[in-house]
Amino acid sequence: MKLLATTCTALVLSTGSVWAEGELNIYNWSDYIAEDTIEKFTAETGISVNYDVYDTNEVLEAKMLTGSSGYDLVVPSLEFMARQAQAGVFAKIDKAALSNYGNLDQDILDIVAENDPDNTFGVPYMMYSTGIGYDVDAVASRIDADKIGSWDMLFDPETVAKLADCGVALLDSPTEIVPAALNYLGLDPNSEDTGDLEKATELLLSVRPHVRYFHSSQYINDLANGDICISVGYSGDVLQARARAEEAGQGVKVAYIIPAEGGRVGFDMLAIPDDAPNPDNALTFINFFLQPRISADITNFVFYANPVTAAEEFVLDEVRNDPGIYPPAEIRAKFFSLKPHGSRYDRSLTRAWTTIKTGQ
Amino acid sequence: MSAVPESRSRKPGRNSARAPGSRLIGAALSRLGFSGRSLVIAIPGVWLLLFFLLPLLVVAKISLSEAAIARPPYLPLWEWSEGFLNVRLNLGNYLFLLDDPLYIAAYVESVRIAAISTLITLMIGYPMAYLIARSAPETRNILLMLVILPFWTSFLLRVYAWIGFLKANGIINNFLMSLGIINDPLVMLQTDFAVYVGIVYTYLPFMILPLYANLVKLDISLFEASADLGARPLTTFFTVTLPLSVNGIIAGCMLVFIPAVGEFVIPALLGGPDTLMIGRVLWDEFFSNRDWPIASAVAIVMLFVLLIPIMLLRRVQAADEEVEG
Repeated sequence: MKLLATTCTALVLSTGSVWAEGELNIYNWSDYIAEDTIEKFTAETGISVNYDVYDTNEVLEAKMLTGSSGYDLVVPSLEFMARQAQAGVFAKIDKAALSNYGNLDQDILDIVAENDPDNTFGVPYMMYSTGIGYDVDAVASRIDADKIGSWDMLFDPETVAKLADCGVALLDSPTEIVPAALNYLGLDPNSEDTGDLEKATELLLSVRPHVRYFHSSQYINDLANGDICISVGYSGDVLQARARAEEAGQGVKVAYIIPAEGGRVGFDMLAIPDDAPNPDNALTFINFFLQPRISADITNFVFYANPVTAAEEFVLDEVRNDPGIYPPAEIRAKFFSLKPHGSRYDRSLTRAWTTIKTGQ
Repeated sequence: MSAVPESRSRKPGRNSARAPGSRLIGAALSRLGFSGRSLVIAIPGVWLLLFFLLPLLVVAKISLSEAAIARPPYLPLWEWSEGFLNVRLNLGNYLFLLDDPLYIAAYVESVRIAAISTLITLMIGYPMAYLIARSAPETRNILLMLVILPFWTSFLLRVYAWIGFLKANGIINNFLMSLGIINDPLVMLQTDFAVYVGIVYTYLPFMILPLYANLVKLDISLFEASADLGARPLTTFFTVTLPLSVNGIIAGCMLVFIPAVGEFVIPALLGGPDTLMIGRVLWDEFFSNRDWPIASAVAIVMLFVLLIPIMLLRRVQAADEEVEG
């Protein structure tokens, strides 16, 4: 009888507004928030947070496309969000409910709007670039100094061959590596042309014998431990590897560069699934994040740049002046961003990637 | 024939304690042709239907659909419009699997890796099972416990532990180099070798347990008779022990081979980028291509790839039993 009474109360509460205001279910990338952000949010709003993490866009996408994920706030990368929005899985962002929306950098909103017209479905969370992480000493002792800082380090077969013995890794992501290869060849990184894809495949096959493995997060630890000496990597991840190498004190020095030919710039977006149980709490969280101090705290912790203009003054100098986190104008000018592909091209891309990895 | 249906029980002492209603229901059921026995069987039957057959039918259904940017990311198979039931079955997904040699290569490679791993597991598992079955009953329980013990730790953690052993500056390489046996680290991680190590290690208990259950029941007097008649231990093993334990071998091999074919985690963590297994191809189809219909078709075909050898084996077994009987 007591159980029945409890169940009834729970039902009443869950349909009433008292219960709905109490919870927020966030699904974010692993290692992508400051240690105290959630704590502060709960202290300020009284909303309790369930916080889960993932490590690839694909896993998030599968949950979004299945529906009824139970999450109120998710953080897809922009080009993934754009496609998922086409499938109708996100609710429109109610900008009027976000009193801090004006804190966002207008230039960044404009760039993001190329993939999310009128910034309808997402609020930018963090910016990242894809570049090269490497072991400074191991690389300098093996290749010519003029190659360092160029994609030649990974895409010129002769140069990579010299690095093979100390360990070369690539992200296991055709959507990152193939555009980088296209860009290196002087082609449009967003090209969906079959001929272009063939050229990129050929280039990658020529360096393939020197690649030890393809993985999207393994390189962080391996760079820090000196198990590999070079990898394509995400800016914040490589910088975390650099910090870990310093902590370990084994004499491994890791550096991150955005190559001279240009790197990819990306945005991770805060978005609200259209079947979110607590969409209002999600908006409250976005508004909380848009406060300069909060977003600066996260940047200081995860080494990714945030899109909140006024946050700059709260960002630590060492983070603010790191060209890997806040790249100077001449590097920004060479950035390219990615667009979502049609499913036909995605299939060709995945197939080409299998060929590159397995030779099949 | 111990399962006597409730309704037919004539023991007054037990029945009087029951509500008359349950007896009525029992009688009604048996009149309809349901006995208590069939009800007992019905429970696992319903379980299989709900959690095995139904999901399988859902996968089969999706495999006949067409991918789309939608939620869920495929088109519905049937639609009502103006009184017509329009059914669209897309067999193209299955034809596509034949089109591209990748899929057949992946099936063949998966079966090859699983078969080799099963053989190695048998080679290691048989002597271990034999030893346990022949040891004193009190040690036997401890040994069995040790076989099961690794299950108390997460499977994922145990595979990660192997990364620590096998990697370039891992435990094995550091040990060999400190002894001066090798100068450069051996490349073991991200190779097929590491995949075999992972599968054999993970599935070894599944080989040992059914083998043990079989071997422990063998009559020792048969071995004594064989020895008395002048057979050497090896001859006894090959002419008496091995033929009698063939059912245990088959059960163990099935338990190892079938999950090993579809294995995803071990090749993903320990295998090299060129380790092509069907589990990985399926992952790519599902996550990278977002093509649930093709992914489902790959899964359905894999089921048949596994089903055919099992059915052939059953037939052989059944024939054997007939001959013996």
